[in-house]
Amino acid sequence: MSSDHIVGIDLGTTNSLVAYMQGDSPVVIPGEDGLNLVPSVVALDEKNQIVVGNAARRYLIETPERAVYSVKRLMGRGLEDIRDELKLFPFRLAEDLQPGEVLRIKIGERTYTPPEISAQVLRQLKRNAERFFGAPVTQAVITVPAYFNDAQRQATKDAGRIAGLNVLRLVNEPTAASLAYGLDKKKNGIVAVYDLGGGTFDISILKLHDGIFEVISTNGDTHLGGDDIDNLLIAIALDDIRGELGLGIDVRRSGAAVQRIRQAMIEAKIALSSQPTAKVDVDLPGGKKYQREISLEVFEQMIQPIMDRTVGPCKQALKDAGLKPEQIDEVVLVGGSTRIPKVRRLVQDLFARMPHTDLNPDEVVALGAAVQANILGGGSEITKEMLLLDVTPLSLGIEVAGGVTDKVILRNSTVPASATQYYTTQVDGQTNVAIHVLQGERELARDCRSLARFDLKGVPPMPAGLPRIEVKFLIDANGILRVSAREQRSGQEAEIDVQPSYGLTDEQVENMLLESFDCAEEDFRQRQVIEARREADTILTALGKAKNNHAWQELTNEEHRNVETLEKALVAVKDGDDYHAIRAGIDTLNEATMHLAELMMDTAVSTALKGRTMDDTDLAEGPQAGHPVAKAEFE
Amino acid sequence: MRAVHFCSSCGKVQPPVPVDYFTFFGFPRKLNLDTAELEKEFYALSRRLHPDVFGQADDRERTWSLEQSSMLNDAYRTLKDPIKRTEYLLRLEGVELEEQSKQATEKARATGELKKQVVPPDLLEEVFELNLHLEELRVQKKMGEDDPALLEEIGKAKLSLDEKYEALFNELKTEWNNWDKSVDNGTEEDQRKILDGMLDVLNRRNYVRNLVRDVNEALE
Repeated sequence: MSSDHIVGIDLGTTNSLVAYMQGDSPVVIPGEDGLNLVPSVVALDEKNQIVVGNAARRYLIETPERAVYSVKRLMGRGLEDIRDELKLFPFRLAEDLQPGEVLRIKIGERTYTPPEISAQVLRQLKRNAERFFGAPVTQAVITVPAYFNDAQRQATKDAGRIAGLNVLRLVNEPTAASLAYGLDKKKNGIVAVYDLGGGTFDISILKLHDGIFEVISTNGDTHLGGDDIDNLLIAIALDDIRGELGLGIDVRRSGAAVQRIRQAMIEAKIALSSQPTAKVDVDLPGGKKYQREISLEVFEQMIQPIMDRTVGPCKQALKDAGLKPEQIDEVVLVGGSTRIPKVRRLVQDLFARMPHTDLNPDEVVALGAAVQANILGGGSEITKEMLLLDVTPLSLGIEVAGGVTDKVILRNSTVPASATQYYTTQVDGQTNVAIHVLQGERELARDCRSLARFDLKGVPPMPAGLPRIEVKFLIDANGILRVSAREQRSGQEAEIDVQPSYGLTDEQVENMLLESFDCAEEDFRQRQVIEARREADTILTALGKAKNNHAWQELTNEEHRNVETLEKALVAVKDGDDYHAIRAGIDTLNEATMHLAELMMDTAVSTALKGRTMDDTDLAEGPQAGHPVAKAEFE
Repeated sequence: MRAVHFCSSCGKVQPPVPVDYFTFFGFPRKLNLDTAELEKEFYALSRRLHPDVFGQADDRERTWSLEQSSMLNDAYRTLKDPIKRTEYLLRLEGVELEEQSKQATEKARATGELKKQVVPPDLLEEVFELNLHLEELRVQKKMGEDDPALLEEIGKAKLSLDEKYEALFNELKTEWNNWDKSVDNGTEEDQRKILDGMLDVLNRRNYVRNLVRDVNEALE
């Protein structure tokens, strides 16, 4: 297994990025369009092909029913807990969706689970990285909100697998950010990371000690972010438009109009981070217009309730860490929403400290993921002393008699963490024991998140109460639960049948992987061949044209023969599947035509000197090549 | 003696041996513990056992690292907290903590049985009065009334409870010293007595803690 090119990926609600460690510093890998941010938007184009990122954005407005965004909000969730999302986001669920089933979202007429949609974004990032390295990328570190529960983490890992990535580690976003900040600072002390992104909010408090990044406490809200501000502004606009003072029309049912309003509102929100007012001007159906000016003051009043929702988690995190605000040495801001001046003031007031903003809040998480990728790959000079000790954000519990949660691993426990519980049977000869695993802080099982129901099978038949089944719950370094069980009297390993409450089974993931036929290496080779073939075609076409050029006549007979042999050789291999043969054919032909190219260049330059355009060269009479050096001087 | 975490010849991580948390760190089974030393050991072992260090290792080493590192974290979490450390030692020595554990409370609540909750004799009078005051406060809150004198009474009671809570911790520390001495040269009978004493302090401390929580809830 190669440790080269393990990438760090920030799979965000709004935007996603891929980064890697270039020498001593992490850098973001841009896409083909030269942009670092890949919008987490997936759409179907006119030919029913999947498009991702910036290319998919236009479909949000043109054919909104064929595009999805903010799908991270649906990761690891069930039908029951997305009611609020459905009111605010244009997600279209599959009609035959059953409660308890993994969600399926419609894009056009097709349906996809949230991990499959996220996998499309990941695949795009993977391709960007592969283009950049010129080599396959199969291993990645992916970041998740610190407050993500087990199901949400598992769904993210599944997405990685579907995209053909071996997910070496899930890292919590605020922790990743601290790695990026800690890289050059190497200071000891207490750091708070306030991370307000597109859809999620996290607060983490860390202790930095000689390269060890120890998370002391974390808290957050997986449904709080820039999206909420956008939705608030959209709701106000829709009311304005419908209201008596406005245009008196209802555009809520028009997906395209709502998306246009959304874009305008996002632009206004961004503008208000640097100017005192923002103008909104949206074309509506029927030739009408929605125009409004929003002042910073009004904007700040409107978003106050959303900002206030971050205060509770911050206070809880401080309390759990046993710290007072004044004991925090540094505060770091992460996530695009922390560009809002009001957010900065709030953080400053909360921790009585000027927050750090030196790293780009959109990129810092991906950069940190790249650092962690480097550590997992064996480390380098700069990362060799670095170690991340993270915690589980939520308590793990077991349902006991009366529907009560018995907490076995408390929140903010350093992971990996484990707990051992003992179970027995209630009836003579009972061979199965059912266990219900929960996550959350509430006392009653029904108020906690159901993670999974386990059935311990194969308990040897014994009188009731005699078996002693040891069940070990282990939360791994990704924050994902693993369970193992053993009957102690017989020493028999009990079989565990895991039924995740909100997740895909291994088999389902496997199928999606096959369906997507993105078997990393194979896929990459195929792409390499296609690209080389394209290059071969280009050079062969150019050669064909060049033969009409006067320069061709200037070559010796031997040169002619040589070029034509190599030309035939390339034509013979270019349609095959042997990348190396095509590559070699291109390279040798390139070399053999070097002289020809030089002659043509001379022709072109001398023609240009005579005031003619390059296109005319082919029509020129007689050889016009002169001395390149003299021409260079003229230049 | 410290448990063996690594192979003595090749230095590779080994599967964890079932040892108690004190042995895991190589500490004697004593309750006075230098937490700075514990933290230092924790960091040093983390650097060698954490799964991140085994990112490119084979499956078997990765599994062992996961198990070792979870045990390290469990042990550290238990030993660094004075109360958890004491409870852990009691359980190691075979003392049943069920009576005062949260689990027992929840079970009692679920089955509707009244949990055996013995009021420490020295608190009897105070608790009786405090409960009356708290009841009064709840009634007043419902009616939307405000009685500064009552709040002052409750505030005073809370202060007194806070002091008791503090004093109980000191009492526990005395028992720690007794225990640690008995580890070096004490009879089994001595040790039983000390363990019983610790359990008694913990029970009273939990009782006071619950009272403080009730007061805080009522005042909120």
